[in-house]
Amino acid sequence: MMDALGEPQSVLVLGGSSEIALETVKALPRNRLRRVLLAGRPNAARHAAVESLTAMGITGVEAIDFDAKDTSSHGGVIDGVFDAGDIDLVILAFGVLGDQDAAEADPSLAVEVATTNYTGAVSVGLHVARRLRKQGHGALVVLSSVAADRARRANYVYGSTKAGLDAFAQGLGDALHGSGASVLVVRPGFVRTRMTAGMPEAPMTTNPQDVAEIIVKALRKGKETVYAPGPLMYVMGVMKNLPRPVFRKISEKQG
Amino acid sequence: MATKPAKKSAAPVNPLKRDDNEKLLTGWGRTAPSMAHVVKPGSVDELRDLVAKAGERGILARGLGRSYGDAAQAGGGTVLDMSGFDSIELDTVHGTVTAGAGASVDSLLKTLVPAGYFVPVTAGTRMITVGGAIAADVHGKNHHVEGSFGSHVHALDLVTGHGRVEDLAPTRKAEHFWATVGGIGLTGVVTKATFDLIPITSSLISVDTDRCADLDAVMSSMIEKDDQYRYSVAWIDSVSPSGRGVITRGDHAPSSQLDAKQSETPLAYDPKIVATAPPFLPSRLLNKFTVRAFNEAWFRKAPKSRQGELQPIGEFFHPLDGVQEWNRIYGPGGFIQYQFVVPDSAGYLIDYALKRLREVGAPSFLTVLKRFGAANPAPLSFPQPGWTLAADVPARVEGLGAVLDEIDGLVAASGGRLYFAKDSRQSPEMVAQTYPRLTEWQGVRDQMDPRGIFTSDLARRLSL
Repeated sequence: MMDALGEPQSVLVLGGSSEIALETVKALPRNRLRRVLLAGRPNAARHAAVESLTAMGITGVEAIDFDAKDTSSHGGVIDGVFDAGDIDLVILAFGVLGDQDAAEADPSLAVEVATTNYTGAVSVGLHVARRLRKQGHGALVVLSSVAADRARRANYVYGSTKAGLDAFAQGLGDALHGSGASVLVVRPGFVRTRMTAGMPEAPMTTNPQDVAEIIVKALRKGKETVYAPGPLMYVMGVMKNLPRPVFRKISEKQG
Repeated sequence: MATKPAKKSAAPVNPLKRDDNEKLLTGWGRTAPSMAHVVKPGSVDELRDLVAKAGERGILARGLGRSYGDAAQAGGGTVLDMSGFDSIELDTVHGTVTAGAGASVDSLLKTLVPAGYFVPVTAGTRMITVGGAIAADVHGKNHHVEGSFGSHVHALDLVTGHGRVEDLAPTRKAEHFWATVGGIGLTGVVTKATFDLIPITSSLISVDTDRCADLDAVMSSMIEKDDQYRYSVAWIDSVSPSGRGVITRGDHAPSSQLDAKQSETPLAYDPKIVATAPPFLPSRLLNKFTVRAFNEAWFRKAPKSRQGELQPIGEFFHPLDGVQEWNRIYGPGGFIQYQFVVPDSAGYLIDYALKRLREVGAPSFLTVLKRFGAANPAPLSFPQPGWTLAADVPARVEGLGAVLDEIDGLVAASGGRLYFAKDSRQSPEMVAQTYPRLTEWQGVRDQMDPRGIFTSDLARRLSL
């Protein structure tokens, strides 16, 4: 149970090696944490994530197998987790950037990105929502992106999947509104992670720790949408409304 | 006769859709809400049926929702609205009353006081039910001499997890009786109870007031003189580092103490609602400055020393009931009430706790200090001999969690503990350490509820 001071006892991370999700777990008040499940494909990053949380003295850290693209398995995985005990906080953090060039040449690669980022998230998101509804409490954090606000030439396959995910998450939040369960949509800008390594940094670039802090604060305040960093909200407010030719020019410059 | 169109394949039930009976519930502190199916049974049979059909998310009785934390909510489960069980039968031969679990102390007083009786124990609000008073084993200003509510209960009816009605008393199935007293609703559903009353000849309280310049003066006066009074409590100025305070002590005034006008209707009882807090208040209404001003005014309004002032029941016992929904003044973030008890040997923790709360900037505007008398045999009953301090603070104060955890540690080490009816944040480890009879209680509870259907958010949070 989440307590009166907003301290959770149990967390499920979908995309268990996500750096932003991991930093979020680290930024949470930790005194009541007793069960942290990192769900993802078995790999070195997931293993390292378990190690690093355990090393911080967090008890009950466990890895579980989860494949975003294998949607038929989602119901079973989520039921298994919730049957063993209530989950106070779910972080939906999986996602791939993909290679726009390669995807334009081979549409099956675009399908991969879409399946993971959108289809997989819709599937597991609905399963999580069903169980949060059943337990009558709990928060779902969905990692969207500023790319959801307006897709750019350079990564519109990724951007379109995040746009779909973002719309889905907002709708899900509305469906759960007033039910004790809630959805927080997070729209980070450029974050220094493995996913963006080697890419030229955009203005207002942040670190996973910064995003994590914003998420934890937003949860505490019961917000439904948050940008990271916060002022990106105003930037994207302008971007969304720019005429196509102007936006094209700006995004070309950024590459 | 027109034939109904044949149903296509049964559409799956939408798990996100809401039932009409689902309600979002919180405690009085308005923190950590959860959704439950709220059902109002109209009879014991209906209640037994609901218990028999309880699902995996459990079932729990709820009274008037005055527990501050999550004791009377059960996310995803069935929460019983007990307001249908509101009977009150006064037995003037034995000086007892038999009341339904959903009967409020408010309604009891309206019946009892004009008949010359008073409830054996009243909490700081009369907006609680008989069932809740038993489940929390509530205490009042007379704990130091008369103990908590459960000590005055002769008999109670309980629907257990087997769906049976058990007739419990301190002399009949005593183990089940005492597991239910202070058992926070986890042993079953109380339907009615019979308890002692205090005979009174007037509806007024004769009150002595003492204003003390610091915490030491407050505490030594309480040690010295509390025994001379049935009722005693101290209000502490939580903003002032001195810990100054005002002690009010008294007893029911005999009719002989009333003047001619009062003597015309010595048992008149008519508590007034003075105001209602507006539904939307900014969260910053309560800040260091307003709390400081309030505390200053509260201290100043008390006379330095006054004897035998006659006060109505409401003014003496339930001052906050005059403002309906006063819990809203803390704004949308809600608040917590932190209440602990420590043995006399750890009385210094009162001063220390007040100091730490001041340092973290947690403004408390009603801080109450009281001495407890002997404990009763209930394994989970809160009161034990010593000092109890209650302070309410806004939940969103930065760093509050760490400070309270630190005080928890000292309270536990001294042999003290926290009150379940107020708690909304302690750890399961704290409970295991400070309620040494927890496993014994769990054993009895498991007999009474073998399927484990009685549960609450508090029970889940604290692994009870």
